[in-house]
Amino acid sequence: MTETAPDLDRLRGGAPPRNHDARTIAALTANPGCARRGVMDAAGVDKDAVARQLGFPAPYGQSQFAITRGNVFEQQVKADGCAELLTLLRDRLGLTVPEARYDDLEEVAGSESREMRHARTRRLLARALETGEGTLFDHPLLRLEIGGRAVYLEPDVIAFQLAGRFHVVEIKSFAVIDGQAEPEQVAAAARQSAVYVLALRRLVAELGHDPARVAHEVFLVCPENFTNRPTATPVDVRPQLAVVERQLARLTRVDEIVAALPADLTFAPGAALPESVRAVQARYAPECMASCEMAFFCRDEARACGATGALGRSVRDDLGGVDSIAMALALAEGTLEPAAELAETAAQLRTATRLRREALGGLH
Amino acid sequence: MSVLSSLARLEAAATGRAQPVATVRHCHLAGAPLVMIPLKLAGEAAAPLAVMLGRDRAEPALLVVPQPRNRDLRFAFAADLAKIVLEHIEASRGAAEALAPGKDGEERFRYTDAPQILLPNPGGVGFLARLGRSTRFRSTEGPYAVEPGVPALGRWLTWFADRHDHPGSSLLLTVTEALRLHWATGQSSLEDGNLAALMGWIDPPDGLDGAAAAARAEDPVVCPPAGPATDPTFDNEVLAPAIASYDETGHEQRVRTALEGQLAPTWDLMWRAVDLLRALPEGASVAKRWERDRDGFTWFHRNFDEGVPQPRRDTAVRAARRLHDLERAQDAYEAQRAFDDPLIMAEHRLNGQAFGGVVAGGDPARLDESGKRPKLRPHLLIATADPVRLDTGTAVCNAARPGLKGKIVDIGPDGVTVELTGGMGNRLTPAPGSVPELGDRVVFTSLTGGSFGPARFPDRESTPWTHGGPPPEYVPADEDAQEEWS
Repeated sequence: MTETAPDLDRLRGGAPPRNHDARTIAALTANPGCARRGVMDAAGVDKDAVARQLGFPAPYGQSQFAITRGNVFEQQVKADGCAELLTLLRDRLGLTVPEARYDDLEEVAGSESREMRHARTRRLLARALETGEGTLFDHPLLRLEIGGRAVYLEPDVIAFQLAGRFHVVEIKSFAVIDGQAEPEQVAAAARQSAVYVLALRRLVAELGHDPARVAHEVFLVCPENFTNRPTATPVDVRPQLAVVERQLARLTRVDEIVAALPADLTFAPGAALPESVRAVQARYAPECMASCEMAFFCRDEARACGATGALGRSVRDDLGGVDSIAMALALAEGTLEPAAELAETAAQLRTATRLRREALGGLH
Repeated sequence: MSVLSSLARLEAAATGRAQPVATVRHCHLAGAPLVMIPLKLAGEAAAPLAVMLGRDRAEPALLVVPQPRNRDLRFAFAADLAKIVLEHIEASRGAAEALAPGKDGEERFRYTDAPQILLPNPGGVGFLARLGRSTRFRSTEGPYAVEPGVPALGRWLTWFADRHDHPGSSLLLTVTEALRLHWATGQSSLEDGNLAALMGWIDPPDGLDGAAAAARAEDPVVCPPAGPATDPTFDNEVLAPAIASYDETGHEQRVRTALEGQLAPTWDLMWRAVDLLRALPEGASVAKRWERDRDGFTWFHRNFDEGVPQPRRDTAVRAARRLHDLERAQDAYEAQRAFDDPLIMAEHRLNGQAFGGVVAGGDPARLDESGKRPKLRPHLLIATADPVRLDTGTAVCNAARPGLKGKIVDIGPDGVTVELTGGMGNRLTPAPGSVPELGDRVVFTSLTGGSFGPARFPDRESTPWTHGGPPPEYVPADEDAQEEWS
C-alpha cells in the first residue's frame, strides 16, 4: 500500500493533500463504482479546484443565514461547559451523568498543530478509558486511513463518555418538529456520525481497548419545533457504519486502478487537465450532484456521449444496462440487431415502441 | 419508472424536446386556482420570507417579511396571508347542493366547487405544512393573542397539505409533479425538480432546444429558484444587505424589490404551465375524483367552526384510517388513469396485465347450455402481439368499456380467447354494439375500476389497549399558544 503513495502525490501535482472531513468521507459511500472519484479522493486531490479549472465549478454555496443559525445554535448548546447539553442528556434521555467535566481539544497551549492536537486527544481518551475520567471531549482530532494513507478528521463533534463507554454527540441545526425531521438531513447526519464512530473505534483499538466501547448509538442534538431549544435523539448508525467500513476497505484497492493509468498522469492545473481527468473513467449518476464537486463536469461528459446514466439510474436499469441512448433507440426501432445478452431488453424496447406509437396515434 | 417512460426520456433526449407520457389530463384544473410561490429563510424551520400569490396572473400580490427573525412581523405576514387564503376558499366553494340523505337519515351536502392551490414543487408543500403547524395552535385571546385568521390559516394549510398526500387529489397541486405526469424530459427526474428546467424541455423558448433551455434555467441569476429555498448567492449578496437596510431605516422597499425580482420569473412560469396543462383534454375520471375532493372540502368546511386544530401526531385510529384511505385512493387512481388513457394502459400491456389487438375470430352469439338455463357467453379471439402474463381463468374487462366483462379461456399462438360474461344486456342475444365485432381493435385488462371497499375502524372511544386506549381530548393549552417561533 505504501508504494502507491508517490503515485498519489504525483496525481496531485505536488499540491498538499486536501483535508477530509466526515462529510467528504461519508460522500465516498455515495457512488462506489466511480473510478475517477475513487482515485481523486484517495489522492486527496482538491476536486473543487479541478472542477473550477475545467470550467464546471460546483455550485455549493451556503447562505449566511443558514451559517449564522447553525453557529448560534451550536454556541448555545455548548455554552458554559455544555450546560444545556448535559441537561438534555440527563433529563430528556434519562442518563445518570455524574459530575461532568468538559475538555475542549481544539487548541493545545495556543498551538493548532494537528499532531499535537491528535496526541492530546489520544492522551485524554486513553486516560478516560482506563480511569473513567472526563465526560465531554469537544473537537477531538481523529485519524482515519483513507486509500492507504492516514488523514486527520476535521472534527465537529463531541465524544461523550459515560460509564466507560463513548458516544458521539453531533449538533445539527435542522429542526425536529413533533419528533420528526427531514429524512435526508437525518440520513446525512447519520452517515457523518458513522465516520466519527469508526475513527473513534480505531483509536480505541490502537490504545489497546475493545472498540465496542464506542457505542453505535449516537446522539443528534437539534432545535426542537420552531424554537432554539435543543432536543436530543438517539440514532443507531450500524447500517451506515457497515457501508462506510466496506467503502473504506474498497478504497484501499485504488492502487489497482492507479497502476493501470498512464505513468505521467497528473491532475495539476494546465492545458492537459481535461484529458487527464477523462483518462480515469467516471460513472456519473444524477445523485452525484448532491455530493461530488466533479459532478457537473461528469454530467457534461455523460451527456455529450449520450449516456443513458445521465437520465438517471432507474432509466439505465430499465434499459437492462444499455449505456448509450443511440444504441437503446436503435434497439427500440429494430434497426440494430441485439447481441444475445440484450435480446430480452431489445424485445421489450420494441414492444414499448409499438405500444407508444399505437397509443399516441395521430399525436406522434 | 417503467420501460415505457424510460423510452420516452430517450426520445426526448434524442429529439431535444419533452415527449408526452399521457394523452389526457389526469388532474383537475380550477377556473381560478390560487397560485402561490412561498420563499423561506435559509437555515430556519419555517420562517417565511415572502410569498407571491393570486388568482389573477395579471395581479399577483406580494407579501414580505422584511426582517424574517422578527416574530411580530411573522404573525403580521401570517394574518395577511390568512386573509387572501380564506377569501380564496370562500370565493371558490360555490353553492351547497343537497344530496340524497345518508343511511341514518342525516342531511348531506356537497359544495358545487372547491378551492384549488397551485405550488411550484413538493418543497413548497412541506413549507406550507410547517407554516400550518406553527400557526394552527395559536390562541386569539389571552396574553399571546394573534389575529383570528392566523389559527384558521394554520388549520387550512394543514388540511391542504394533508390532501396533497392523497393520490388523485387536485386540491393542492404542485406544478412540477403535474407536468411530469404528462411529459417526459431528456434529463433525470432529479433535474426535473427545477421548474424552469422542466418547462425548458416542454416549451423551450424560440431558437433553443430542451437541453439548452434547461441549461439556461440552471443559472440562478437568469432563473431564480422556484423556492421555498432561495439561492445562497442571492442571500449573501442581495438579501442580507437589504434586510440590514430595513433594520436601519425601517423602510422595506429594498427587501420587497429584491424578493419580487426572485419571484416574478417563477410567477410567469407557473401560469405558462397552467396554460400547457389546460390545453390537454381532461381525463374521463377527473370529474369523479374532483367530486371526492369536493366531499372532503365540504366536510372540513362545514365542521370548521366546531373543530379543533389537527393533532401534532395522528391518534392510532386516525392513523390507521388515513393509511387505509390512502391505499384505496392509490388503487382507484391507478386503475382510473389506465382506463382514461391508452398510453397509461400501454404500461399495463407491457407488463402483461393487459393485452390489445384485433378481434380475429370467435363466436359472438355463443350460448353456454351446460346449466339448467342457457347463458349468453360469446367467445372472442383477440390476435395480440403483447407479452400476456395472465393465466386462463383470469377475470378481465374491456379497457374502453369496463362494463364488458369476461374471463380468459385460452392463450394460444393465434391470440387470447376471452369468454364474455357480462355487460351485454339481459337477453340471450347481445345488445346491439355491446360485443366487439370482427376486425375491431380492443384492449382487455385484469385491472378493475372499482377499488376495494372501505374497512371499518373502531371509534375513537373504543381504541383498543394494544393501541394505547382512547386518546385524551384536545384541550387548548397556553403552552401551544405561546410556543416560540424563532
